[in-house]
Amino acid sequence: MDKTMELEIFRYRPEQDSEPTFQTYEVPFHTEWVILDAVNYIKDEIDGTLSYRWSCRMGVCGSCGMMVNGVPKLTCAAFLKDYTGKIRIEPLEGFPVERDLIFSMDDFIAKLKSVKPWIIRKEGEDKPLEEGEYLQTPRQLVEYQQYTMCINCMLCYAACPVYAHDNTFLGPAAIALGQRYNMDSRDQGRDQRQEAIASHEGIWQCTFVGECSAVCPKDVDPAGAIQRAKVASTIDYFKELLLPWGKKS
Amino acid sequence: MAKSNEPIPWSLFSAGGMLSAILLPILIVITGILVPFGFAPLESLGFDRVHAAVSGNLLVKLILFGFIFLSFFHWAHRFRFALVDMGLRKIKGLIGFACYGSALAGTVITAALLWRI
Repeated sequence: MDKTMELEIFRYRPEQDSEPTFQTYEVPFHTEWVILDAVNYIKDEIDGTLSYRWSCRMGVCGSCGMMVNGVPKLTCAAFLKDYTGKIRIEPLEGFPVERDLIFSMDDFIAKLKSVKPWIIRKEGEDKPLEEGEYLQTPRQLVEYQQYTMCINCMLCYAACPVYAHDNTFLGPAAIALGQRYNMDSRDQGRDQRQEAIASHEGIWQCTFVGECSAVCPKDVDPAGAIQRAKVASTIDYFKELLLPWGKKS
Repeated sequence: MAKSNEPIPWSLFSAGGMLSAILLPILIVITGILVPFGFAPLESLGFDRVHAAVSGNLLVKLILFGFIFLSFFHWAHRFRFALVDMGLRKIKGLIGFACYGSALAGTVITAALLWRI
């Protein structure tokens, strides 16, 4: 082992620890290693009791998100060579920790479901399968394509100061995904999603800090999605207020 | 989840923010650079000239009123959320009342002053 690096890792084993502690591990340094490689090295070679989530190692599955020196990162995309000194690894902020770096995702999953992230057609407007797919122009695709890149890694929740203050907030990824379907020309379910999105707990809690977009590893720009949803919901609100007899869009 | 009335303060906030972002730099250039450094004559901002431009000119009054009152609401909304985010979550009702109340008071005073010019 030539050069080494120190990783200071958050540990919490509910059956033996009354509160979380930090444990420091020394790992070999390789310029091509990402933090996840170092954490895997610890698990395989030093301490098999360390628990964390990971899967694809290539920024697609969204399961290896951790706080690295206080910043939410996909550890499969954060290189050791970009850090100096001891690297501090903690579970993503704002979620209840279950064990070591593993936290409960229940709140996020429930919020994701509440925005109905799937294509909804109005009653009776579903095409039979034989008639083929719903066609879309490249321009219609571009409208929402950026938001489809979300991998549900939850880095945006860990970065969001509003969610940290008050976890009733629907949050960046769920709103961006709701917006992804709202802007899809094949979808007709916007009214159904508005119940969650246009509520107090939805877009109106957001104060446009923008950290969600800053940490997003897929350049989804949830902050932008939320601002667009605010404009659209405001137009809805005044339409309903001024033209109560008008048909709801 | 309850439907929110937030579009009302938010639309005033965003309109105020947009106007301030567009007009404030122009005001800064005129009042902070052009006139003080002598690029424009001092009299261009003289009381008589400015007063004559506003007095009896309903369109100018309306534009000034819109700009000033929207700026007040822009401040109110931002200040409300800044205080709440700094941890005063428990009294957010009171904060909202104080912020929008101040903006409303400022709006009434602005209207009264403009009316009298």
